[in-house]
Amino acid sequence: MSEHALGHDQPMLEITDLTIGFADARGIVLAADHINLKLHRNETLGLLGESGCGKSVTLRSILGLVPYPGEVISGSIQWQGHSLRDASHRALERVRGREISMIFQDPTSCLNPVFTVGSQIVETLRTRLNMPAKDAHQRSVELLDHVGIPSPEQRLKLYPHQLSGGMRQRIMIAIAIACEPQLLLADEPTTALDVTIQDQILNLLGMLRQETGMSMILVSHDVGVVAQNSDRIIIMYAGRIMEAGTTGEVIYHPRHPYTRGLLAAVPSLDRAGERRPLTSIPGQPPNLARLPQGCPFQPRCAFARPECATIPVELDRGYPEHGSACPFVD
Amino acid sequence: MPVENNQPLLKVDNLFKTYPGRWTLLNRLRGTPRLRLTALDDVSLALNSNEVLGLVGESGSGKTTTARCIVRLETPDSGHITFDGNDVLAADPARLRQIRRDVQMIFQDPYSSLNPRMSIRVAISEPAIVHGLIDPGDAEALVRELLDRVGLPYSVADLRPRALSGGQRQRVAIARALALKPRVIIADEAVSALDVSIQAQILNLFGELIRDLGLGMIFIAHQLSVIAQLSDRVAIMYLGRIVETGPTAAVFNNPHHPYTAALLEAHPSLEVDKEQEPALTGEIPSPYAVPKGCRFNTRCRFAEPRCYEIDPAPAEVSRSHYAWCHVLPDLVAHGR
Repeated sequence: MSEHALGHDQPMLEITDLTIGFADARGIVLAADHINLKLHRNETLGLLGESGCGKSVTLRSILGLVPYPGEVISGSIQWQGHSLRDASHRALERVRGREISMIFQDPTSCLNPVFTVGSQIVETLRTRLNMPAKDAHQRSVELLDHVGIPSPEQRLKLYPHQLSGGMRQRIMIAIAIACEPQLLLADEPTTALDVTIQDQILNLLGMLRQETGMSMILVSHDVGVVAQNSDRIIIMYAGRIMEAGTTGEVIYHPRHPYTRGLLAAVPSLDRAGERRPLTSIPGQPPNLARLPQGCPFQPRCAFARPECATIPVELDRGYPEHGSACPFVD
Repeated sequence: MPVENNQPLLKVDNLFKTYPGRWTLLNRLRGTPRLRLTALDDVSLALNSNEVLGLVGESGSGKTTTARCIVRLETPDSGHITFDGNDVLAADPARLRQIRRDVQMIFQDPYSSLNPRMSIRVAISEPAIVHGLIDPGDAEALVRELLDRVGLPYSVADLRPRALSGGQRQRVAIARALALKPRVIIADEAVSALDVSIQAQILNLFGELIRDLGLGMIFIAHQLSVIAQLSDRVAIMYLGRIVETGPTAAVFNNPHHPYTAALLEAHPSLEVDKEQEPALTGEIPSPYAVPKGCRFNTRCRFAEPRCYEIDPAPAEVSRSHYAWCHVLPDLVAHGR
């Protein structure tokens, strides 16, 4: 864990009032609505939420990868003092992979099936760092070794389909760290993997962060994965931030009714075989096209009251280390 | 707790299933023998009514193949399956229809397991009509009752699946299975695709159904916590073989197979601090080349020379709790 998770130094990444919309014939649906977050050097931030909460699209917006027809409508994304939102294609190209790189859920669709994995790593090194071919090959071997791939020299000659899912994710990580980025964006990096392989990959990411001091934003729907691998957590629901704070605070002392519901709904190994009902959150996941006024969680909230329709959804400023968007429950 | 002396409702004995591997022209010309993929290698299990058996394991461990053999979507190479005293594998078509009515399956993906062009009403009532359980005129009452049973309003009856969320679709799939008044439900990763808050709703629904209807259930999942929530007994599978089985609490609180122990350790729990070593190194070996001796020996930190030679026999570590391991049961018994 980082020593200055909440240090007073300038954040390396600062997102302010970011709003991302998807337009269709019926209007605009906001996938992310007034998102604020800061990330410091050497820190891992977990973005946690269920499908459609806006965690992935927020992450993608950092590198200008919001898929069509989505668009950043307002807000700013400041990276080391430069605005990424206004950056030209060329400027973004310089940031991508070199300063900020990204790994995705499905390593199969991120690797080109008709090239060997070696040529794909070499290509990254040559285009991003202008490395001569021979050095790039040498460096590729080192990278594969570093991410825990046995006999790297031979593996470089293989095509993606000849490797297992865990190995492919290791290759993606090798490509992502090839240029020693300062920030790694990880979008559900272990969701497609078996639990023992997930454990290996998360350990690998932890080791790399410790070695290089690289920061990370980890997006996941799995509360356990985020809890065990983040310094701070942001909880999202229907495009809004509902709660944010240090991991221990959010997991052990959740404040927002949604966070409490989410944590209570996770089945636990400690009650094996008892078949005691879980405390589930009633109702259906939110429909982003038909959100209620005010707090989006109110239709499913046990503490809902009429005022919920009028309150602004923003974190209270009272607690700088642990904010909740619910003014009524604490 | 079920009585063990009685004949179980469903019994699977020594099931083997292999699939032919790819056999290219080049292989044929060279005369290399065709490889066979081992999906199931001597799997035995039993299920009583009013009981949930959890099947856990990583991809490729044979959980789904076991389920598909039970409802005869696959035919095993050898072995016996008995349902309610009937031999499933030797059943004639009429008997098989009866068995398939009694043993219903629910799948992982409620987006592809429901016909997109069928209304919910038809999706739920059609199987019951086809099997002659009800007259078409009684469909409305049945649909009303079942939707209520799975916690959906009757107003969804005339919608198509696309109008429903994933959790609602899974409720429809459950109603459709219940329409045939089954005695056993096989749920194959039935909550894996759902969000946590919805997953908890469906797990609770399964719990109610088992309690109220006295069903037997084989509950397949790769997530240990989900298995722990619902199962009375568990069977841990690895590379086509059950490696440990027993009452859920006994297996999870006191694992006697190194693989079970590693799965439990790798499970991301709600603990903020995490140990720094992976629970298990390496990956599951290819099912085309199952290791000699104990199939877990390539990843096991307890492996001894005999583990590379002799396939372990089950060791009974406590009442109806078995582990297929040479080493760990002894170590645990002698206080490690």
